[in-house]
Amino acid sequence: MADELVKPEQFFLSRFGMNQSALERTLGSALERKADYADLYFEYRSAEGLSLEESIVNHTSKSVSHGVGVRVCAEDRTGYAYSDEVTFDRMRLAAEAARAIADSRGDRPAAVQVGQPVRRHTLYELDSTPLEVPLEERARLLKQIDETARAFDPRIRNVMASFAAERKLVMIVNSDGQIAADIQPLCRLNVSVIAEDGKNRQMGTYGGGGRVEWDYLFEADRWKEFTLRAARQAIINLDAIDAPAGEMIVVLGPGWPGILLHEAIGHGLEGDFNRKGVSAFSNRIGQQVASTICTVVDDGTLPNRRGSLNVDDEGTPTSRTVLIEKGILRGYLQDRLNARLMKVTPTGNGRRESFAHSPMPRMTNTFMLPGESTPDEIIRTVKQGLYAVSFGGGQVDITNGKFVFSASEAYLIEEGQVTRPVKGATLIGNGPDVLTRVSMVGNDLALDSGIGTCGKDGQSVPVGVGLPTIRIDGITVGGTRASAPEGN
Amino acid sequence: MGQLDPALAQWALDEARRRGASAAEVQLVSAESIAAGVRLGEVEKLKSSRERRLGMRVFVDQASATASTAEMERDSLEGFIQNTVAMARLTAPDPFSGLPEPKRQARDLPDLELTDSERGIVGADEALGLAREAEKAALGADPRIRNSEGGEFHSGLYSVLFANSNGFAGEYSATSFNLAAAPIAQSDDGRMQLGYWYTAGRHFRMLEDPEAVGKTAAGRALRRLGARKIKTTRAPVVFDPDMASSLLRALAGAASGPSLYKGASFLAGKLGEQIMAVNVTIHDDGRMRAGLGSKPFDGEGLPTNRKGVVEKGILLTYLLDCYSARKLKLEPTGNASRGVGEIPGVSPTNFYLEPGQYTPEQIIRSVKRGLYLTELIGFGVNGVTGDYSRGGGGLWIEDGEPVCPVQEITIAGNLKDMFMSIEMIGNDLKWRSATASPTIKIAEMMIAGE
Repeated sequence: MADELVKPEQFFLSRFGMNQSALERTLGSALERKADYADLYFEYRSAEGLSLEESIVNHTSKSVSHGVGVRVCAEDRTGYAYSDEVTFDRMRLAAEAARAIADSRGDRPAAVQVGQPVRRHTLYELDSTPLEVPLEERARLLKQIDETARAFDPRIRNVMASFAAERKLVMIVNSDGQIAADIQPLCRLNVSVIAEDGKNRQMGTYGGGGRVEWDYLFEADRWKEFTLRAARQAIINLDAIDAPAGEMIVVLGPGWPGILLHEAIGHGLEGDFNRKGVSAFSNRIGQQVASTICTVVDDGTLPNRRGSLNVDDEGTPTSRTVLIEKGILRGYLQDRLNARLMKVTPTGNGRRESFAHSPMPRMTNTFMLPGESTPDEIIRTVKQGLYAVSFGGGQVDITNGKFVFSASEAYLIEEGQVTRPVKGATLIGNGPDVLTRVSMVGNDLALDSGIGTCGKDGQSVPVGVGLPTIRIDGITVGGTRASAPEGN
Repeated sequence: MGQLDPALAQWALDEARRRGASAAEVQLVSAESIAAGVRLGEVEKLKSSRERRLGMRVFVDQASATASTAEMERDSLEGFIQNTVAMARLTAPDPFSGLPEPKRQARDLPDLELTDSERGIVGADEALGLAREAEKAALGADPRIRNSEGGEFHSGLYSVLFANSNGFAGEYSATSFNLAAAPIAQSDDGRMQLGYWYTAGRHFRMLEDPEAVGKTAAGRALRRLGARKIKTTRAPVVFDPDMASSLLRALAGAASGPSLYKGASFLAGKLGEQIMAVNVTIHDDGRMRAGLGSKPFDGEGLPTNRKGVVEKGILLTYLLDCYSARKLKLEPTGNASRGVGEIPGVSPTNFYLEPGQYTPEQIIRSVKRGLYLTELIGFGVNGVTGDYSRGGGGLWIEDGEPVCPVQEITIAGNLKDMFMSIEMIGNDLKWRSATASPTIKIAEMMIAGE
């Protein structure tokens, strides 16, 4: 399979015996009723994984999937049908099912002519993907991780490490005649460590990856850093005290804590929710939703990042979208359908999990631009508060704006110093309000290491986040220890 | 559906042997579904799908590999099987791995009435009609319902054929139906709240009628209007049935073999011990008629069964597949779950807390000051330690009466303490998902707000 590396569109045409006329006839059938738009999404994905537990690499797995999705849009209605058999007959049946949402029309629609290539970015042109690295070599890394974590501290009792890599070929053909194709490599290394000291048992987790080659994990000893961060987190948490409960000043560390932006801001700015007026951010463009030191962007064009794409899953090149500029709400994230209905330009944020799913507006890499303060300055200003550096997942209720994200490594700040580790706790806040409480922004912007997966309406897609150190003057921390006088 | 070909399964097992495997399993899965969405009375989306996959696990002595593919022609399967065997050879031997002992394999495969053969897959027009009816009832319930995320109906048919080289072969199909409504209520100050409700079942006739679904969803949106934060406090928390079910899921996760042998569970070493209050009894029943979690055999071909998991607060059994059972020197429990081309995992089947004697109203009335919890967000449950901290919302109770909606709060504690302090159990067990609970009251938790 060397040819498709040059021309992925050729891959689909030759592998499934497709030709231009089959594509045109399918799109023509999709548009037979009164529809505005139709597209075909072809996907061929191969993935491999291996994992280690109790010091042996005892699981390996491989999967191959392929299929085609046919979508028909008429006004705000979407018909979608897919098949894992990529044949002209199946595509025709899918087109007939998908067009059921459109009203029947009188005249024949204009014939579709396919052939206008979309210019895509070149964000991850790899010489080879980790799938081409011998399995033995991948297994050797997991063994090294196991040894490194165990050597870190005798209290480390178990190490679980896994490495997953995939390569996805996609081709999107639409009724405007455009054809876009891409090869999307992705990999992720994950390390979980269990520590035990007789009284307590704790887990630490870290990892990373991206649209990168195997060597990426060895540059600057990344694999080792991931391993040691997981091990350190487990050991530190053995001595964690109960987290405080109530509203307090919280300092978020750089990188992955950017999940705050993803939950608090990002989802609420997705075009579908705003077209329907069901988001707490609906009709608020131009309004102040953050303090003036906050600028937040979504950028799908960062080279080799997990959340980046050369073209989105509708064939639109990705872009950098300013969501919040110096505190003012500037823009939404758009796919084609919502952009057309809101009469704006698509931003390259139309994404889907696979051929089995219809696209919708999704984030890519979402982060805040750096400010002026050093991280030390920020911590020194806090008399009493929480310093959170690592998080598990988060979630948001788009409509009322309430969001949560759960700290997995956090410390107390006492008199301007980071002191004792505290147990994990969920932080809860209000999206349109939380960034207005940001009083300091650090100069240390970092993107996460490449671990994020975002779920929406049952579809998972890889994403990135980023944040400099920031100070939030009041957010509710869900610990178990009363930090203020009780009473309601 | 007649699409799953037993001859293909047998051929794949034989082919694996020919390629050097000492043992193998094969899984054939086909799925068909339709999903219809309506918003503000108009069609919004219609999705139809069909998929087939083949999954395998092959052993070369005690080394194994798993794989799955959508390419079902024998030509391409030959290469696929050869690759999988080659991968197994590169994997380290694991003394605990292997097929189940043949004597454990399921012999009787009862018909559990998992398929609604009268209905099969609901047609597009009817599906849209049901979604429209549910949404309409929600929109018409109150003038403050001013927007909607729509109504949705889903109908699916799933078939699985599983066979191994020790002679087990079994097959079953299941239908599922699901109807949901998600209206949005708005107060005069412009603030919005979503209400969501759904009904689900293996047979169409088991669903609540669309009007009831819509009205319940509307009621849930309306009662959230005007929600506010409260001051940080300790107080009793009454979990409504859905919220209580989420605690059962956390219990099932901590009681599952893989978390236990990894040392990643707060229930490690607790077999036979008191882990919950004495009024708590929990069953796992894989053979409930038409149950959403029912199946005649588990993901390794073992018979499913009905068993007490917790009785009067005592943990009677873990949930185990063969691998974790061998690791823990216990017997497998028929709880292996299986993704196509994945190694066996563990999941409960129909997992439920036995109903108690109190009506939900009686439970709420017993609370002087506390929270009636009707929503949870986030993932703040640590299965290793039992530490629990999640975002929540619901109704604040004063002197036994719900007085105002609350939101933007967290509830926190440790599952070990929470399980031991289940004070009251409701009589309102209803099946809307494979894990179900009646209303329960937990004596005290930390509630963080202002």
